[in-house]
Amino acid sequence: MHGVEILLQPGVFPRLFSGLWVTVWIAGISVILSIPVGLLVGWLMTIRNGLVRAVMRVYLDFIRIMPQLALLFIAFYGFARAFDWNLDATGACVLVFVLWGGAELGDLVRGALESIPRSQYESAYVLGLDSWQTFRRIILPQAFRRMLPASVNLATRIVKTTSLAALLGVIEVIKVGQQIIDANRFLYPQATLWIYGVIFFMYFFICWPLSLVARHLEKRWAHD
Amino acid sequence: MNWSFMAQNAHFFVNAAYVTVFISFFGVVFAILIGVVCAALEVSHVPILSPVTRGYIELSRNTPLLVQLYFLYFGLPKLGISWSAQTCAVVGLAFLGGSYMAEAMRGGLEAVPRIQRESARVLGFSPRQTLTHIILPQALSSAIPGVVANVIFLVKESSVVSAIALADVMYVTKDLMGISYDTYESLALLIITYLIILLPISVIGTVLERRFDYARR
Repeated sequence: MHGVEILLQPGVFPRLFSGLWVTVWIAGISVILSIPVGLLVGWLMTIRNGLVRAVMRVYLDFIRIMPQLALLFIAFYGFARAFDWNLDATGACVLVFVLWGGAELGDLVRGALESIPRSQYESAYVLGLDSWQTFRRIILPQAFRRMLPASVNLATRIVKTTSLAALLGVIEVIKVGQQIIDANRFLYPQATLWIYGVIFFMYFFICWPLSLVARHLEKRWAHD
Repeated sequence: MNWSFMAQNAHFFVNAAYVTVFISFFGVVFAILIGVVCAALEVSHVPILSPVTRGYIELSRNTPLLVQLYFLYFGLPKLGISWSAQTCAVVGLAFLGGSYMAEAMRGGLEAVPRIQRESARVLGFSPRQTLTHIILPQALSSAIPGVVANVIFLVKESSVVSAIALADVMYVTKDLMGISYDTYESLALLIITYLIILLPISVIGTVLERRFDYARR
């Protein structure tokens, strides 16, 4: 088990944490921006308009069937040329995660909205609520409960997928780990084992609490 | 769009698709095997093994495949365990997929109402017959949609193995972009190749889901 001293070297953990902060930041901003996009996509998917539906269908199916890494390549290499954007790697990651998260969240919103029984709308109408009040007071609270557990799981998936940013050259936790490994190649040849092990558990301790929250909510609201 | 360039380089993507399919196939097969064992252990509450299974599922579900692969490919050799990139890719996919499959199958088993087992016992089925004739067929029916979604997820996730120098579809795309600078054509080939791999799986999955949805009817 020698070589573990690498972790005690000054600067190693602070650097890994600064890398982790980049990971969390990309994931956080993507999750936050996915929410309005998801609500919009979900609403558009429930609209009774053939064209809008078809467009949303193609968007959702394409995003879902392509590997996230392929989407990142398309955004990073393709969009830069197509639209003459000077899109950096971080920007490309956020863009892809928002488009992807928005599509997945949109599907959850659609499912939640469609799962509300028609009688809820009719009862609200009979009670004299207008359509905005119905949506705000009756439909939204119920839909929110139905989609929240799956949405928290989606956030976990976005955090995990942030790891792919390293492959576009974003200096996040994995890239920082590689830098530490390369810098200590001769002094600590065992560093790969320890550094990647630490990064493994860093991801775990971010994603695991989210999974636990999702499971807790699922159990609590299962009988609604 | 330079069509002749795409036609000239298409054969690289055929070979790459073969690598992707090969890795994914073995990854999925082992993931299903691990999933069956883990789901069985979880629902049967074996003293030490069930908590260990739970721990494995949490670890594997809450960490990215890329870090798992780096650990297997770059980390494990320091402990004297040197595997080829192919082995690491299959082991990584199986490690990740095993927990997803286990969750899907456990969900299927738990979806069978308790009254089904009690009724079967009252009707004189032995515990073994209850399992094989009553519980498993219904559990299979409820688990199939989750399993199909996981298969597609794993094939997509296999794109990450390009990071450990396996010449899969992603790897070849990046190579071709670097050599030729023909970004659009390379990306178009990438999209087409993944559609050719994934669309049939998606269609077969939908057919399977229809075929096996008898428990809900």
